[in-house]
This record gives sequence, C-alpha cells and structure tokens, in this order.
Amino acid sequence: MGRPVAILGSGQTVHGRRFDVSYPELVKEAVDAVFETTGISPADIDGVVFGTMPSMMEGVALTHFYFADVLRSVGKPILKTETCGSTGVSLAITGYYWIASGMADLVLVVGSEKMHEGDAQATMTTVLEPFYQRFFISGAPGVFSMQSQGWTVRFGIPEDKIRAAATKLSIDHHHDAFDNPYAHIKKRLTEDEVNNARIITYPVRLWDVCPTSDGACAMLFASEKAAKKLGKKVAWVKGVGYSGDEYWFGDSDKAEWQCAISASRQAYEMAGIKNPRKELDVAEVYNPFTFQELLFYECFGFCGFGEACDLTLKGVFGRDGELPISPSGGVLCTNPIGATGLNRVAEAALQVTGQAGAHQIPGAKTSLAHAMGGVVQFNGVMILGSEK
Amino acid sequence: MEKEFNTFKNVIRLPHKYAAGPTYTKFYNGLKESKILGTRCPSCAVTFVPARSFCPKCMKNLDTWVEVAQEGEVQTWTYAGKDFFGIPGKAPVVIVLVKLDGTEGSFLHLIGGINLESADTVKKALRKGTRVKAVWNEEKKGHMLDIKYFAPLSKKR
Ligand SMILES: [Zn+2]
Repeated sequence: MGRPVAILGSGQTVHGRRFDVSYPELVKEAVDAVFETTGISPADIDGVVFGTMPSMMEGVALTHFYFADVLRSVGKPILKTETCGSTGVSLAITGYYWIASGMADLVLVVGSEKMHEGDAQATMTTVLEPFYQRFFISGAPGVFSMQSQGWTVRFGIPEDKIRAAATKLSIDHHHDAFDNPYAHIKKRLTEDEVNNARIITYPVRLWDVCPTSDGACAMLFASEKAAKKLGKKVAWVKGVGYSGDEYWFGDSDKAEWQCAISASRQAYEMAGIKNPRKELDVAEVYNPFTFQELLFYECFGFCGFGEACDLTLKGVFGRDGELPISPSGGVLCTNPIGATGLNRVAEAALQVTGQAGAHQIPGAKTSLAHAMGGVVQFNGVMILGSEK
Repeated sequence: MEKEFNTFKNVIRLPHKYAAGPTYTKFYNGLKESKILGTRCPSCAVTFVPARSFCPKCMKNLDTWVEVAQEGEVQTWTYAGKDFFGIPGKAPVVIVLVKLDGTEGSFLHLIGGINLESADTVKKALRKGTRVKAVWNEEKKGHMLDIKYFAPLSKKR
C-alpha cells in the first residue's frame, strides 16, 4: 500500500476571467499561496507535478516548461500528468504515488487553465479521433447530454422529476458559491430562470452547465515525517481510485457507468468504506452538468440506481443533508479544467481540516474528491480523512 | 473583475493529413457506394460499425467484412438548438447513437426528416428504440456525411 501520505495545504486563485494577469502570473498566485499558507519553503520540495488540458487550450505546448520558474522546479524533477477533465485528480494521485512510494517526502502539485485565452470547444474537439467520432460529438455538451438521456430512459425517470432535481442542484450550487471566496459564478436563481433557460443540448439548459474559468490550484503532498515536522493539522489520503472505459463512445454503458463505479470502489476499498453515504461527511463531486451529477450519486453508491432525483429533492445531498455534495458550488460554478479536479481535492482537504470557512461542513472527518475526464471516458476518486 | 491589460493575438494554423489505413479506407469507399460496412470479430462474433481493424475486447485483427443493415434503433440522442464549435452542419441538429441491426456498439450520426424546430418537436418523433433508416446524399465523397442523416421509419412497417 505504500507509506501514509498527507496533504499539508492548498492555494487556489480567485477564478473567473483573469485578464488582469498573464498565465505564469496566474500560476504563481496559486503556488505562492500554498507556500504562504503552509509556511513551507519552496527550497524543501523534492519535485513538482503539473497538468492542464491539451496544449491547444493554452496555445503553448508543454506549459510545465514555460512555468518552470513559478513552479519552483528548477533543479528538480518535474512530471506532467494530463487526463482531460480528470487531470486534477490524476495530478493528486501522481503526487500521492510519489510520496507513497518513498521516493519523495514533499511534492508540489499544480493544475491550471486559462480558458478565456483560447477556445474551449475547439480544444475539446481535438480530444476526439478525426475519422469518425469528431464529426458528431465535438465539444463537451452533446456527449454528456446523450449520456444523461440514456440514464433517464434506463431508470424510467419522469422528465419533470429529473428537471426538478437538476434545477434544485443548479439553484443550490450557484447559491453555495457565495460562500466560496474562490468561486467564479455566484448567482441567486429562481426555478423559472433555470427551467426556462435556453437549451444548450437537450436536456441541458444554460444553468445546468459549468462556465469556462481561468484559475490555478497548488497543493503540497507530504510523507508522515514531513507532515510531523510541519506540526499543523493536515489531511490524510485514505484511498485513491482511477478507472477508464474503451475509447469509442457507444462501446460501453454510460448509464451504469462502469469506470465511475470502479474508481469509487477502488478508493472505498482502500479507505475501508462500506457505506459511503453514512461514512462520508462531504463529497466534492465533479459536476460540470447537473444531470451528470445525479448519475454520479448513483454510480458512487450514495444511493441506488434510479434514486438520485428523489433523494436530491428530499434534501439528502444538500448543505444540511445526510451527505452534503459540493458545498463549494463545485464545477457547476467554477471550471478552470486543468485545475478543477485539484480544486475538488483542495476543497475536500479544507473540509477535513476544518478550514473551509463559510462553507465548512461542521465536524467533517472524511471527504471524497472526484473528477471525470476524456470524452466520457475516465473517472478518478480520492478519499481524505482527518486522521492517519 | 480586476483591471485588464493588453492582450496579444496569435493564430496557429496547423494542418494535418491523417493516414486512414486499410480498414477505414475500405469503410469510406463503401459509403461512396451507399453501403455501410462492418468487420466481424472471429472470436467474440461481434460486428463493429464503422469497420474497425481490431476487436477492442479480444485484440484480434478483424478481416471478415460484412455489409450491415441500414436500419436500426435509436439508443440515445441530443438536440442542439444553437451552433457551437464542431457541430456537424448548422443548428438545429439532433445527434444520435444508433444500433444498426445485427451490430453491437453504436453508430453516431444525425437525425433528419423530422421537425427540428425545438426539443419538444424532436421529443415527439424520437425516443430510445425508435426505428430509423439511413438517408443518403446524392453526391458521395467517401465521408461519414455521405449519409445525410437517419430518418425515423413510419410507425407501421
Ligand atoms: Zn472480439
């Protein structure tokens, strides 16, 4: 299983349209923040893990070279990990492996994206092979909408019920974002506004979908020895899971989504979690689409298949519910893709160390962070705890 | 947000020429003759369409060719009311995953021949299991869009 791994702290930038700074300056903001928060000296890190979306998003290839200085990586090993939307959790897992293996005691993990500088939908198109799928499922929303439709039909969920549950998630998350100082879109929405917003790709409407954001997130992963030396409250990695599907859309079942089920079960098994809804205190689920968030509840075993809408409408997954989901406002309100998954891990760590501020879930001891990537192809999960 | 400073515009044009290989080439040549070709795996007996050169499950090379049905069932679909980058053609469009008869996996394409005015009009004509049939363009280029779209078959058939 490797050595115990701690998370010493995180630094998130404010997210949004960040044309007030250049890209390296944006990354520096997050990196400086994590060193300042933890009091760790950049000289003490053993290596750096960095990742983003494909280079086409930035228009600069191999940005870990471009950012070598601000990443404090000069003279040290640097790794790049890139798995599309799940990049952030893959970054965290890479940092985890490095420490758990015993090859490093202190690793800086950074993810970033400056989406307003490029064309997100065009970048997403380049993720698809050019012979067949690219003609039909370019850009993000279409393929996730088809997944949602397939799931709705599979479990016979009436359209008005799924719409009501998605609307509740949209209203709640956009409202939750007011309590997160780093969130991008903060908005008080009414049911009518969400229900009648323009259709992006049916059934997804404007307020069911995440924004494009600029932002960066930096975290420090450490061995037990380095964590003790720090002498502050830290989060511990209790479990990790990562799983993927075949490449072609249509080859695998996206309703009872095997790679989401398997990534979560790998992490639960490692963390000794039998009943996630009872044993987890909070979960940062990767929710770029409200409909997909509901599907994840079921794949992660927070409830049975076909139950997510009813339980959501009952408030089971709300801020005061049995298992609060994405109290940060989640991806729905803030999505700098290469950083987004790492933001989930950072938020999960803030929760179990009691540092989440206005959106702290009182007494949270065990949390889940998740990210999804590829063209509906990959899922990564990390479980954090307040105790080793 | 904060004060914004100068921006620098840069456009990178990066043309590629992708080698299709023998399997895709044969599949696309089939489209020119209004045929949809698949390959069958000798090990698991699954027919893949568009044709593939290897079975993703068995990793067997596939060289048994079959002309597959041009009719099938809708698996799932979505409606895009407005243009966005990469959309096939001009909005509104309906993207669909069709299971062609006798094949496994699914075939991505467009839906046509129905009222595309709104998601509601599309919902009236389309659901999982709706029978659809390929409608071809007259001019063929050896391209996925040689099939103009899939159109729902009338209820009694
Ligand atoms: Zn096979």
